[in-house]
Amino acid sequence: MATARLKNLQKDALRVVIVGAGPAGTRCAETLVAAGIRPILLDENRRDGGQIYRRQPEGFTRDYATLYGSEAEKARALHQSFDRLRERIDYRPDTLVWSLTPGQLCCVSQGKHTTVDYDALILCTGATDRLMPIEGWQLAGTYSLGGAQIALKAQAVSIGRRVVFLGSGPLLYLVASQYLKAGATVAAVLDTSPLRKRIAALPKLLARPGLLFTGMKLLAQLYLARIPVHLGVEPQQVLGDAASGVSAVRVRTSHGDNLQFDCDALALGYHLRPETQLADLAGCRMRFQEVSQQWVLDTDGEGRTSVRGVYAAGDGARIRGADAAEHAGRLVALALLQDLQQPVHGEALALQRRVLAVMDEFSHGLCQAFPWPAAQAKALADEAIVCRCEMITAGELRSVVREKGACEVNRAKAFSRVGMGRCQGRYCSQAGAEVIAAAAGVAVERVGRQRGQAPVKPLSMLTEELKQAEEVAP
Amino acid sequence: MSIEKTDVLIVGGGLMGAASAFFLRQRGKSVILLERDQIGQYASGVNFGNVRRQGRFLGQLELANRSFALWKRLPELIDDDLEFIPSGHMRVCYREDEIAELEAYAAAPEARELDLRIFSGRELHERFPFFGPEVKGGSYAPHDGHANPRLAAPAFARAARRAGATIEERCEVTSVQKVGGQFRVTTSDGREYRAEQLLITAGAWGEKLSAQFGEPVPLIAKGPQMSVTEPVPYVLKTVIGVYTKIPEEVLYFRQIPRGNIIIGGCNHSKPDMLNRRAHFEPQSLLKQLQQMHRLAPHMANLNIIRTWSGIESYLPDSLPVMGPSGTVDGLYYAFGFSGHGFQLGPGVGDVMAELISTGSTSTAIEPFHIRRFATSSMQRSKAS
Repeated sequence: MATARLKNLQKDALRVVIVGAGPAGTRCAETLVAAGIRPILLDENRRDGGQIYRRQPEGFTRDYATLYGSEAEKARALHQSFDRLRERIDYRPDTLVWSLTPGQLCCVSQGKHTTVDYDALILCTGATDRLMPIEGWQLAGTYSLGGAQIALKAQAVSIGRRVVFLGSGPLLYLVASQYLKAGATVAAVLDTSPLRKRIAALPKLLARPGLLFTGMKLLAQLYLARIPVHLGVEPQQVLGDAASGVSAVRVRTSHGDNLQFDCDALALGYHLRPETQLADLAGCRMRFQEVSQQWVLDTDGEGRTSVRGVYAAGDGARIRGADAAEHAGRLVALALLQDLQQPVHGEALALQRRVLAVMDEFSHGLCQAFPWPAAQAKALADEAIVCRCEMITAGELRSVVREKGACEVNRAKAFSRVGMGRCQGRYCSQAGAEVIAAAAGVAVERVGRQRGQAPVKPLSMLTEELKQAEEVAP
Repeated sequence: MSIEKTDVLIVGGGLMGAASAFFLRQRGKSVILLERDQIGQYASGVNFGNVRRQGRFLGQLELANRSFALWKRLPELIDDDLEFIPSGHMRVCYREDEIAELEAYAAAPEARELDLRIFSGRELHERFPFFGPEVKGGSYAPHDGHANPRLAAPAFARAARRAGATIEERCEVTSVQKVGGQFRVTTSDGREYRAEQLLITAGAWGEKLSAQFGEPVPLIAKGPQMSVTEPVPYVLKTVIGVYTKIPEEVLYFRQIPRGNIIIGGCNHSKPDMLNRRAHFEPQSLLKQLQQMHRLAPHMANLNIIRTWSGIESYLPDSLPVMGPSGTVDGLYYAFGFSGHGFQLGPGVGDVMAELISTGSTSTAIEPFHIRRFATSSMQRSKAS
């Protein structure tokens, strides 16, 4: 229906809105501009670049090599592309899309509420850390890996003097090495994935030998700096107290030894989860992705969601990393142009598809090499907090499953409050689903996923509707 | 096909159905409750959670009082905590002439048990310093309060089950008929249930079933609009609601001990009855914030973290359909509570159980009889 409507619209009159100015959003905008469309680009951040290529605030003067390391050239290229686009798109930074209705986005910018109508919507909303609780993780000083990286990248601060990195995935090594480079003490890098998983994943990881090499270089740097690196650990507990926060992290090694690392901060994370709330509010279908063991948007190979006129690209659609996001951003723009019956080079399409196929293979390899540690949820002590916003323990969550028959995520949320707090389940509901599934004795995909509810991020009660007069003022 | 027999069959597992099942077991009746989705999923689980008597139709206060007596017996009654807090309820108005209306209500003999007290002017603002200057007066109900709607219907259903009731979830009724002296209900999983008495507590879907028995009612479904703030220190212990004739001014809020402030009102959405989902309209939040600034201006610097809706059933006179069928023996209804059923829930269960097992009830429910719509529908059919 929406596509039929799209076809009838003149390019000039067509309202194409992109949400997110990271690698996917930027490349998408660039491709649309090249085809003569002026998209509206809404971004929550004050500057473009997304999370990975986040630009430092005005007044900071670190160079590209310092900020982005091995990714400096990609960051520079993306920023330069964006700067060239700047005048040819309707760019609205510092704008949170907090909800939507069919054909209209609800936005808030600096406390003012506006709506933005769209004919086509392209969601490039990125990803956040995927977290698995560990007993004691509610203590001050526990950060997500992504959070630790943003502190460094945006504000040039470390999350602590002595930092333990715990979890799994490429970000674990990347952030640890960035902290090392920035002069912080890296107390240990503790990976829950055993070496054999990585070896088994090698054939897929070899799809991108360059990236594999970069990863191995990071690891070599850590070894050279004599940082304790342990693979195949089982997280046990974060030690500390409410007054002074984190004081140590305890894990069991693959040999069965208990190791304790003193620290004043912990960076924790297990790869990424897609930000899908807007797509969810738009009614887009989701599917359970076996390889990553999580719910992702159900898109076709080019970024079309199940809702006509709504598209998605980048990590928000499928976790494949920043390089793939740039390609997916271009591809989704081409898909939209096709749907508008605009001329699209078959070769351009084929190229993006080919590149993305390689990146798919690699991302599957990563999932295999650094698997989501579902078993930890089952092993989690009853006293461990699952939902940090609401301070709900694993035991409380298990009791609503066992005693109240809440074997579905939203039901368990209603009874236990897990996922009901400030983060709205973005950081706890995947682990919560694992706890529920383990307690109910069913596969995790059987317990469903937490439904997205507006607002996408907390919305200030001071929010006011923008007056018409303000809108037309020059 | 398996056939299961019971004394009373209940269709619809909201608070009304679950409470009825519980109280029917108390009276020794065998009960099977059939719920298409999950217990308390629609109106019962998503409403504001008001355990409020004041402001109701005066002819409903006797029922509300009976329900209140049951609320006070929680959690012992069902061995479960519904987070009921008799915190007091304040019903405020923005206009001087509305104070007189609040006074008249407070003076009515039916409202005697509520111990209402009218506040205005300086006394009002001293007692409730968070009200904005536009608030002119209010009626304070010291015994009213609030509870957690997410927990209520499931807790009654569990208590009913412990008492011997059969509660079937995800069990969709496909046909209902009366053959001889027996109701026969079939479900999509191919089972048949038989009972001499049938209670319809199907909320927004109640009308579909009553119409099958020749008793259509002009029911409409509406989605309540709810939002909640992040937690802040627990200071606003009184439930607040606005008394007004202007729908957009109807705002209410309550704070729960863990600190979140739950806000509702100003608007309704139109539910998607096909997919059985109701949405929170973004516009509702803007309206609520605007009204909140007026009602309690200092509460502005908080964040809204979640919004939700559900499916409630309304009748044109804002009164429920409750009582025996006007045409079929053994058939009973309790649905269409028009956005104010939560407080009544336990009382409705108790009264319906009494009515079904004894043939009469000591509490007046005559104003809610379905036959009040029979005349008009017959008139309509004559006109057409």
